[in-house]
Amino acid sequence: MAFVSPIVSDKTRERTRQRVQDQLESNSKDWANSIFKWMLFLTLVFSLLVLMILLATVITGSYPLFSERIGSFLSNGFTTKSATRGVFQGLRGTFWIGICVICFAFPVGIAAAIYLEEYATDNWFNRLININIRNLAGVPSVVYGLLGLAVFVELFDGVVGVPTKTLGRTTIAGGLTLAVLSLPVVIITASEAIRAVPTPLRQAAFGVGATKSQVIRSHILPHAAPGIFTGSLLSLARALGEAAPLIVVGAVSGRLGPTTGLFDPSQLGERFTAMPMVITAFVGQPGEQWRPLASAAIVILLLVVLGFNVAAVLLRNRFEAKREG
Amino acid sequence: MLVDPDARILEGTSSRRAKEVAIKLVTQIAAALSLLVTIAIIGTLFYRAIDFVATLANPSEADVENAGVPLSLDLLWSNGQWAPRFTRFDIKTLVVGSLIVTAIAMMVAGPLGLGAAIYLSEYASSRARRFLKPILEVLAGIPSIVIAFFALRFISPQIVQRLFDTASQNLLAAGLGVGLLTIPLVASISEDALRSVPNSLREASAGMGARKMRTTLSVVTPAAVSGLVAAGIVGVSRAIGETMVVFLVAGGGGNSAQFTANPLEKGSTMTAAMASQASGSDNIITEIAAGSLYFVGAVLFVTTFLLNILADRIVRRYREKY
Repeated sequence: MAFVSPIVSDKTRERTRQRVQDQLESNSKDWANSIFKWMLFLTLVFSLLVLMILLATVITGSYPLFSERIGSFLSNGFTTKSATRGVFQGLRGTFWIGICVICFAFPVGIAAAIYLEEYATDNWFNRLININIRNLAGVPSVVYGLLGLAVFVELFDGVVGVPTKTLGRTTIAGGLTLAVLSLPVVIITASEAIRAVPTPLRQAAFGVGATKSQVIRSHILPHAAPGIFTGSLLSLARALGEAAPLIVVGAVSGRLGPTTGLFDPSQLGERFTAMPMVITAFVGQPGEQWRPLASAAIVILLLVVLGFNVAAVLLRNRFEAKREG
Repeated sequence: MLVDPDARILEGTSSRRAKEVAIKLVTQIAAALSLLVTIAIIGTLFYRAIDFVATLANPSEADVENAGVPLSLDLLWSNGQWAPRFTRFDIKTLVVGSLIVTAIAMMVAGPLGLGAAIYLSEYASSRARRFLKPILEVLAGIPSIVIAFFALRFISPQIVQRLFDTASQNLLAAGLGVGLLTIPLVASISEDALRSVPNSLREASAGMGARKMRTTLSVVTPAAVSGLVAAGIVGVSRAIGETMVVFLVAGGGGNSAQFTANPLEKGSTMTAAMASQASGSDNIITEIAAGSLYFVGAVLFVTTFLLNILADRIVRRYREKY
């Protein structure tokens, strides 16, 4: 049509064509893009660097002590001198706290996850439980300590152990506090694992006449086991590294009463300490001579906690490989 | 109503049905237990916190005699000191301390967590992700007491004290330590948000001729912004609730802290004050001082609770969007 002038002149069009062609054919580096990418990468490298420095600090710091007296460091308990002090009571406390978490948080958490994923219908009560669990997972750990102090400590004051001596501040009170703390995380991870079980698997089991509980036991749980197991181990690792709730519940950082063996269950009714508490005590000591003890105790705690983490990931990979194989 | 006699087989025996009901009931009780935990937390915290405030407002003669000083609600906002053993309950000392530590922590965790998340979600190949993601997972698995040691023995002397003239315990070093702990959380929620942005948006942007950086900054990040905000809120909630780093590094030990707005000074936070008071619990303390523990706990719980609810709402909304 005669009225329409071309939007761009032939000259402009030619120039644009040339520039696009240059762009497409050029080998010049896109600097802004590269710098942006490398800056993002450096944020990750920073985290890695922090990890390396941290591990290097504690490992080199603990080396003199480990090379000198690793045996007595593991088997000795509380003494006032840094040269003879060990972490045995901390190990014992952490062991029994772990048992408490496994015995209380795991079964309750997994059962709750089964209910939420397999039985629960969409009504206000179940929605409330769901919201509640997500919120519980975000409650600061020190608040769980207050719960433990107000509920478990007072509950066990006089029921287990000698009341006048322990005031209820016993291993089982600390263990139950940390079990309650890990409960929401266990429920959330177990729910995710159960949700990931394909529906046809359920339908097939129902189709051959299995009842709901049989479907859960024979199909859903075995299929979801790797995920449940991984999540539970991770939450156990988290619980064993917690110090704040134990301080509030009343773990001891100094002298402890009679020395029972590592596996003696009577420890449940006694006053207690745990590895994170022992480390807190070492770190809080002003003298230079306590540094190697703090580093060494941290190395032991990290071995336990990161060991659980690695074990969780490895087991998950192995389960998954088996299922596919 | 089953008419066909053969169909009754499907109903099963009554003992089998009873077993089914019992199993369901057991799991239901387990789920309901989580509600009980919340009720117990709210119940104990608020019952004792209200009791504490009521005692301050309306002290009996015995309370005043025990405390040794006149009691009134003014104590919660005067003196510029938090020292329950000496009946000093200036809550703004702790709130400002918490705000300083949280702000510093988020200055560390915000950019570093977000940067790592963008790299993992937009740039890293799936091979690289397999190697890089565990860095954050291991960092997330480090107990906070270990970070506390690191902050006190490395960050404070090697970084903070070289740059500033300050004591080895200060709020800045504590904030940096808390920031390290918060990075993995911020990174993981941010990455989820970025990955939930549909690929069609990225493809459309690339089709318009935008380069990767332009696509990331102008298309993907804005599309994920609600999730990124949620990551920030959860990070703040985590930083406010962190205890051990602040307890050992901020310098509020001995259960007393002065009001300060200077991050280079010693200070205390809500969490550190609780740990500090509880760790001295073998000593004889007044009943009113014991009540202050629950009061601070209640303030902390309400703060983090509101933040978590807010973040949860935002996350749900963006999940629905895509």
